[in-house]
Amino acid sequence: MLKYLSRRLLFAIPTLLAISFVLFALLDLAPNDPTGDLPLTIPPEVREEIRESLGLNEPFHIRYLKWLEQFFINEPLNFIEQTTGLTIGDSSSRFRVRSWLTRSPVVDLIIERLPQTLWVVGLSYVVGILIALPIGVISAYKQYSWFDQIGTFVSMIGFSVPTFFTGVVAIVIFSAWLGWLPSIYDTTHQVTDLPSFWTQVKQMAMPVMVLAFYNAAQLSRFMRASVLENINLDYVRTARAKGLRDRAILVGHILRNSLIPVVTMIALGVPTIFSGAIVTEQIFRVNGLGQLLIVAIQGGDIPLVQTLTFIFAILIVLFNLVADILYGILDPRIRYS
Amino acid sequence: MKNCALLATIVFLSLIVGACSGPTDEQQSIDTEEQSTDVAMENVDTHLKLLYWQAPSTLNPYLSGGTKEIEASSLVLEPLANYDEEAVMIPTLAEKIPTLENGGFSEDLKSITWKLRKDVLWSDGSPFTAVDVVFTWLYCTHEEMGCYRLNNFTDVVEVVAVDSHTVRIEFSKVSAHPYFPFVGSLVPILQKKQFEECLGSRAQECNEQNFAPIGTGPFQVTDFRANDVIQYVANENYREEGKPFFKEVTLKGGGAAASAARAVVETGEYDFAWNLQVEPEILDSMAEADRGKVLYGVGSQVERIIVNLTNEDPSLGPDRRSQYLDGTNPHPFLSEFAVRRALSLAIDRSILVETGYGRAGEPECNIVPAPDYYVSDSNDECKVQNTEEANRLLDEAGWVPGSDGIRAKGGVRLSILYQTSTNSVRQGNQALVKQMWEQIGVETELRNIDGAVFFGSDVASPDTYQKFFADVQMYTNSFDGEDPSQYLRGWICSEMPSPDNNWAGTNIPRACSEEFDVLVDHLSSVTDKTERADVIKRLNDMVVLNYWVIPLVHRARVSAVSNKLKGVTINGWDSELWKAEDWHR
Repeated sequence: MLKYLSRRLLFAIPTLLAISFVLFALLDLAPNDPTGDLPLTIPPEVREEIRESLGLNEPFHIRYLKWLEQFFINEPLNFIEQTTGLTIGDSSSRFRVRSWLTRSPVVDLIIERLPQTLWVVGLSYVVGILIALPIGVISAYKQYSWFDQIGTFVSMIGFSVPTFFTGVVAIVIFSAWLGWLPSIYDTTHQVTDLPSFWTQVKQMAMPVMVLAFYNAAQLSRFMRASVLENINLDYVRTARAKGLRDRAILVGHILRNSLIPVVTMIALGVPTIFSGAIVTEQIFRVNGLGQLLIVAIQGGDIPLVQTLTFIFAILIVLFNLVADILYGILDPRIRYS
Repeated sequence: MKNCALLATIVFLSLIVGACSGPTDEQQSIDTEEQSTDVAMENVDTHLKLLYWQAPSTLNPYLSGGTKEIEASSLVLEPLANYDEEAVMIPTLAEKIPTLENGGFSEDLKSITWKLRKDVLWSDGSPFTAVDVVFTWLYCTHEEMGCYRLNNFTDVVEVVAVDSHTVRIEFSKVSAHPYFPFVGSLVPILQKKQFEECLGSRAQECNEQNFAPIGTGPFQVTDFRANDVIQYVANENYREEGKPFFKEVTLKGGGAAASAARAVVETGEYDFAWNLQVEPEILDSMAEADRGKVLYGVGSQVERIIVNLTNEDPSLGPDRRSQYLDGTNPHPFLSEFAVRRALSLAIDRSILVETGYGRAGEPECNIVPAPDYYVSDSNDECKVQNTEEANRLLDEAGWVPGSDGIRAKGGVRLSILYQTSTNSVRQGNQALVKQMWEQIGVETELRNIDGAVFFGSDVASPDTYQKFFADVQMYTNSFDGEDPSQYLRGWICSEMPSPDNNWAGTNIPRACSEEFDVLVDHLSSVTDKTERADVIKRLNDMVVLNYWVIPLVHRARVSAVSNKLKGVTINGWDSELWKAEDWHR
């Protein structure tokens, strides 16, 4: 197992390097320009000086190597310094990955955005799972019953109606007509007591539910299919023949076995929490990582886009590994050697 | 794991309860609101909430060209003078505007002396002096800086602190309008003490300073989150007694224009929303909720069609395509005056306004649309569509309709490639113009390019507005401040984009007229107001009556203001938050 793990981790290094190169090259080849957003009243000569000051005029390979150094050496060193208080080398003249739009270190921006994204998108993922699993199991267990029909119908809606539609509908109903919930998420809000907690719950309600609805729709279909697959297998018939009660068969036998693929699905979906729900964050102004990415793309802020997408790539590689390992733990038939 | 699930369930349940118990909650808040108005008037809400759907990235206007950053920083940083809603200069940090009459502007038109107000303190309590003004000039003009406002300091050779509250700006050339440095929110004064360490390339690294500049304005920054939200509190050292009226300001960013309008006009959650480019009928339907109103600020923005006077034929190759080449590469038909004039006459500008802009636009025939005293009336015929006259012009010039209805002459068909940036209003207008031109036998192919590429300056990209590999293109341009002289200089012969200057030029139509060049040079020495207006009108006429540029719509800034907010004067010439100290409940 340990040998397997270390081999997988070693393999991840060239994979990630290749990903980082492809990302950098793609962004570089794309005809985007950080000065493209500027008003036309800024003359071309001034734009040229701005591009110069951003280091855009250096050749491609120099910029890529610089980014590699900044991301893999300078940023980790800086992180160690900040957490331990030590000083390693000449830290003041060490270049960090800086965003072009804000001129601040990209990592600081990401750390500032993480809480919003984790709370809203992460919670919606959890809520989505909690809704999806029971619905999926009951739908499969009582296949073609009215519950299954309604469940299928609702999840089809959740699956096919995009969040930019459900989100706006929710705002129009709950904010504009009823006035119950705020349509704009306040990222500066701090939970200190019960009323402020209540405010937080209210402002999170809409984005979380809209996203959870979407997540649940996908997962419940998956859960249903997985249970259906198991329900007709021999071991279930054996269990019935032994005279076990339905509930015991469902919870003890079918559920455990059908959860195996679902758990891997859930693990594989975790990186999407970090990449944020771009559309939903925009609609409710949650301003998390998804919104940061979209602003960076629109503004041609290449260092920020590059770093963010690369971090997502790391997470995807990592959670693929986690999913594989989970698989082995849940299903003893699978052994890694 | 079990605990986690339990916790999540509790949160989930409370969400449902939250949604259901809403009405009582709202009832309570209404009750308390009524009580508070009864009990004490001074207990009113002192928190101003602004909504900018594009979030500010920094608060240093010298490191950003975006309007959003300029506006957000204008609550904190102030220039020597601002423009009011009529484009008139009003002193802000200066005692008065220096002019020839009061002796502040020298007779040789090469230096200007500003007297600074003596009662101004920075928000940290230290006095504001001439040293700060000199420093700001040094800061922006440092060669490693990449300052976004460099063109405001063109021709400035020296900024001298004569005494602690007098500044003299010296120009290398005669300049009849010396009000580009330090006038308007684009070029505010920075505090020397705070930014001293941030000169040149170090400007990039001064995060703390760029995110929370110390200013002389009505508010000071307490929390800045890039691309998200900014919080301000009232500046205790503000020079005007009892102002600002608000104690706290939150400027929230992100989202989209339509939902920003909704949050002010329909739900009333926010007090002010900025730059609402929303289809007119959507705004009108939101306004029915009657919680706020939409205001329009008129400035100098004109949506226009630029005509390419050079041949853009792809077969010419990159060495000749869309290049002037001393006049040897004229456009096969757009170089003909009658064709350009017919294209302008055939457009019904009022339909473009009605469908795309509503009350945020007006049909426009000039490239200098305001202030009033600069507006020429020689092209006013363009306000009315005249298809017959356009057809007559083309007939007379020998352009004969072919079997497909498209006019041609000597094997050249009137077939136009019409490009613009991707934007729903622009694509709508493009389609309408295409139909209008069809009526005069002109065939149009439409094309749209992503804004970041179209307005970008990537020399390798063939799709920039400067390369202009199309017959006509459409976008908006404007000038900063009241004076259009720098803007008009954009049409001189030497400003043509070409490979020699890396396609960096502002004379996009590639028009060249010696008369225009001479007149623009003459403008820089004309100080008499009436004569100046006359020259500006003549320059404007040369551009529009030669149909190098076909003006379409005079655009206004659109903002929404809640009914709870009073004292807002909208301004199309400066930051919309220019008088936030006067805003009140």
